[in-house]
Amino acid sequence: MISDSSMLYSTPALETGDDEDQLLRVSLGPQHPSTHGVFRMNVVLDGETVVSLKPVFGYLHRNHEKIAENATYLSSMPYTDRLDYICPLSNNWAYAHAVEKLAGIEVPERAEYMRVILAELTRLINHTAFAGFILGDMGAWGSALMYAFREREKILDLFEDLTGARMMANFMRFGGCRNDLPAGWAMKCGKLVDDYGPFLDEMEKFLVGNEILLARTQDVGQLPKDILINGGITGPMLRAAGVNYDIRKVEPYGIYERFDFRIPLGEIGDCYDRIMIRFLEMRESLKILRQALDQLPEGDYIHPKAKIRNFKPPVGEAYGRIEGPKGELGFHLISDGTTNPYRYRVRPPSFINLTLLEDMCLGLDLADVVIILGSIDIVLGEVDR
Amino acid sequence: MDSPSSTIERLPAPKRPGGWSIPGWGLLQGLAVTGRNMVESYYKKERMTTIQYPEERAPISPNFRNFPFLVFDTDPAADLRCTACSICEKECPPQCIYIVLDRDENGKSLKRPRVFDIDLSVCMNCGICAEVCPFDSIYMDGEYELSTDDRFGGLLFGLDRLAKSAEYHMKLRPEQATEVMARRKAEEEKKAAAAAAKLAKAKADAEAKAKAAAEVKPEEKGEEV
Amino acid sequence: MSLEHLPRLPQRLVEMLLQNFGAPEWLVLIAGFLVAASTVVGVFAGGFALLSLVERKTLARAQNRIGPNRAGWFGILQPVADGIKMLTKEDIVPAKAEKILHLLAPIMIVVPAILALGVIPYGREWIPVPLELGLLFFFAVGAMTEVSIFMAGWASGSKFPMLGAMRAISQMVSYELPLMICALGVVMVSGTLSLPDIVDRQGGFHLGFIPAWNLFTPWGLVAGLLFYVCSIAEANRCPFDLPEGESEIVAGHMTEYSGFKYALFFMGEYLGLFAISGLGITLFLGGWQAPLPGLDFVPTWIWFFAKLCTVIFSFLWIRATFPRVRIDQLMRFAWLCMIPMALLTLPAAAIWHFAGRGLLSWVVTVPLLLIPWVIITVIYNKRLAPTLRTYRFAE
Repeated sequence: MISDSSMLYSTPALETGDDEDQLLRVSLGPQHPSTHGVFRMNVVLDGETVVSLKPVFGYLHRNHEKIAENATYLSSMPYTDRLDYICPLSNNWAYAHAVEKLAGIEVPERAEYMRVILAELTRLINHTAFAGFILGDMGAWGSALMYAFREREKILDLFEDLTGARMMANFMRFGGCRNDLPAGWAMKCGKLVDDYGPFLDEMEKFLVGNEILLARTQDVGQLPKDILINGGITGPMLRAAGVNYDIRKVEPYGIYERFDFRIPLGEIGDCYDRIMIRFLEMRESLKILRQALDQLPEGDYIHPKAKIRNFKPPVGEAYGRIEGPKGELGFHLISDGTTNPYRYRVRPPSFINLTLLEDMCLGLDLADVVIILGSIDIVLGEVDR
Repeated sequence: MDSPSSTIERLPAPKRPGGWSIPGWGLLQGLAVTGRNMVESYYKKERMTTIQYPEERAPISPNFRNFPFLVFDTDPAADLRCTACSICEKECPPQCIYIVLDRDENGKSLKRPRVFDIDLSVCMNCGICAEVCPFDSIYMDGEYELSTDDRFGGLLFGLDRLAKSAEYHMKLRPEQATEVMARRKAEEEKKAAAAAAKLAKAKADAEAKAKAAAEVKPEEKGEEV
Repeated sequence: MSLEHLPRLPQRLVEMLLQNFGAPEWLVLIAGFLVAASTVVGVFAGGFALLSLVERKTLARAQNRIGPNRAGWFGILQPVADGIKMLTKEDIVPAKAEKILHLLAPIMIVVPAILALGVIPYGREWIPVPLELGLLFFFAVGAMTEVSIFMAGWASGSKFPMLGAMRAISQMVSYELPLMICALGVVMVSGTLSLPDIVDRQGGFHLGFIPAWNLFTPWGLVAGLLFYVCSIAEANRCPFDLPEGESEIVAGHMTEYSGFKYALFFMGEYLGLFAISGLGITLFLGGWQAPLPGLDFVPTWIWFFAKLCTVIFSFLWIRATFPRVRIDQLMRFAWLCMIPMALLTLPAAAIWHFAGRGLLSWVVTVPLLLIPWVIITVIYNKRLAPTLRTYRFAE
């Protein structure tokens, strides 16, 4: 593990020397049970200690950005669902936010509230599933994951009622949302929010005090703050290390200033802090959801003058970013005044959070690598795009 | 990056029994949680949420969308609402729609598709085609049991399999269909009214013209001659 | 002939039949042994099939799922379906594998498990092989498991199996030690290595209702718990399933196996589980002895299997709950906690043996075992215990 930030850009060269035949070169992935998809790590092991780790990705590359440049602005919306397929609605929002910035479109009040509700529900899904996934990486036999998915299904039911699809929502539009909340939806959502607290209590009882989990995750994979900042790490990973950086507070978008919520911060920034920060964030999300559902106004769900066909934003460029569940999710768009973007670029949080993987893993066990990778919380759809 | 205005609050640490941690206490708590789930899964519905699919089915939400279909009012061959304008073809993100306009022997557009194919193996159920259609002609279906052993022909839906009646739409999405029907009816009435008005106007015009013509008949005739 | 003798029935029948036909004495003996052995193998092969289903069902329930329920009533035919699937799968041998060892390893893992099952007394009348040195024999064949796992890892000629094999060796050698030391206490008190005799010494009741099992003594409680933990590690079960370590090293030593060889590994694992639980029950839980007085009418082997089911259910429960430990934590736990505590049970058992079950023994042995436990707890709290942390909140 690196303690000195000056070493960030000079990962120690692999000293093989006489020990060459003592080292074991293992390719973890792309087919491996716990690389969260088709991620690959070329690991050099000394016994079970990691001496070198080179991430290899691109096995799920789908040419998202180039496709978007050859399609209309609206046509890219369903593709954003498929970036981070655990939380499609956050991606929708980030893209809609960028286009709205580019074209200067207003969003009606009700649509803003709907967006906040959906984004926070997505955060709940992501963080709950994360807790299950990391337990799976630790070798627990899926109990936590199944509990997480049980609750996730309930949120997905809500999404299906609203958007027509459980995961690939394609819901946000430039200037609002595609359709209004169905009758009774807000009430169902309120009930879910009420029931979620007890579920989190149970999950915390299950995981937080578990000695094996504590022993496996504490003091594993931490890096100093400045390295994380230099590496462009965002989201719960950065906040676990104690950096107070949440775009909902730093550069409020939507209507986040109206809500009363706090940003949990860790101190050490190891895997345990990353798990805990996500648990605490879920509690804050519930607070936001409660407030948003109480304040939800009547009105338009989309700007009356929003264009669906033949949408041409003015010439210019814009970068819209939101605090996705995994970190800063940004879309950079350049418009040349036609129906298609001239340049379309995604800033995916899980890809950039992955850049410091080797620095976190050096000198640790092979078993720790899996947990550290899990604690970064990547989705390969977003890493490879 | 620490924002200076942030106030810091310390939460009390979660309590351990007697302030001392007994080795293994957390493990026992975990066992209690799984044990509770094991027992309660036998009698609590919210714990055991499994639905055994072929025998029982989850209720489908009225908003649920799957693949698109085309609406006709009475006869699938004659009055398909689709006018083959190709807007959906252009907007479709994965480009899975293929339309050929139907023309008569003189090459004049008949304003209906001769070929309308959707490759369901490519379609990603986004619903943008239904959204952009200006003719209320394409909507999202709720049918989901479409598996086939022929992945090319079996999933390439042509007009015969895409065209579904307005009644089907009404049954599938009553709210949306009612709204569409009402709008179409209003439009038709407006159109009919406009046509009637136009007709009346034309008639009046013709009459006026005839009258005028009658008045100037001799000169006209004379000129003509 | 009562229900008590039911498991012996096939053997007796064959012996009687052969005697009626005037077969020589040695033939009757060999045939009897063969039938007795097949009874044990048959019972536990059926138990393996049943356990594979029960395990999936139990884990499913712990995770709020239903589990296999399509093949037959309550999924009862699922093991059959699995077996057919495994048998019809292609048997893949890697090009770089040591072909013979690769074939031998799965067989070698089943054979010692079956051998070990042979010496356990299942009932008063049902002792397949009443060996004088049964315990010694058990540990001797038990040690073969390590060899076969290493064989599998080495012969596969692949990296993940090699890592799994290295883990298996270090883990099993470390845990075999406390396992044997714990058993040693029982041997000291019972004064015999014969498993049926050890069960006999645990007969009777104290105060009329507390069974005289070794578990209900101070040293027996500690040794029994340690034995339990060690047996999880010996059987490669969660949370000590590092040799498999499916989230880290794919499937450990089984990575390069497919088809029926893979199924044999599972069979070996489950039979090993039966064997080690059976030994634990024999040593600490009174074997086939009834748990309460006045229950003598129930055949003794039913008590044995009831205890076996309970112990195995606890294994399943643990598997549904715990994450896996890391290799260095596993080793530290074995050498710094398990072995010292196991060694302490030896003097305690000795005192128990020589001073009898009187007040004196309690006064001496309880502090002898409690004080180190308190010391361990204090050290754990001061130095080792992972901390529960506090978190800041920014407005």
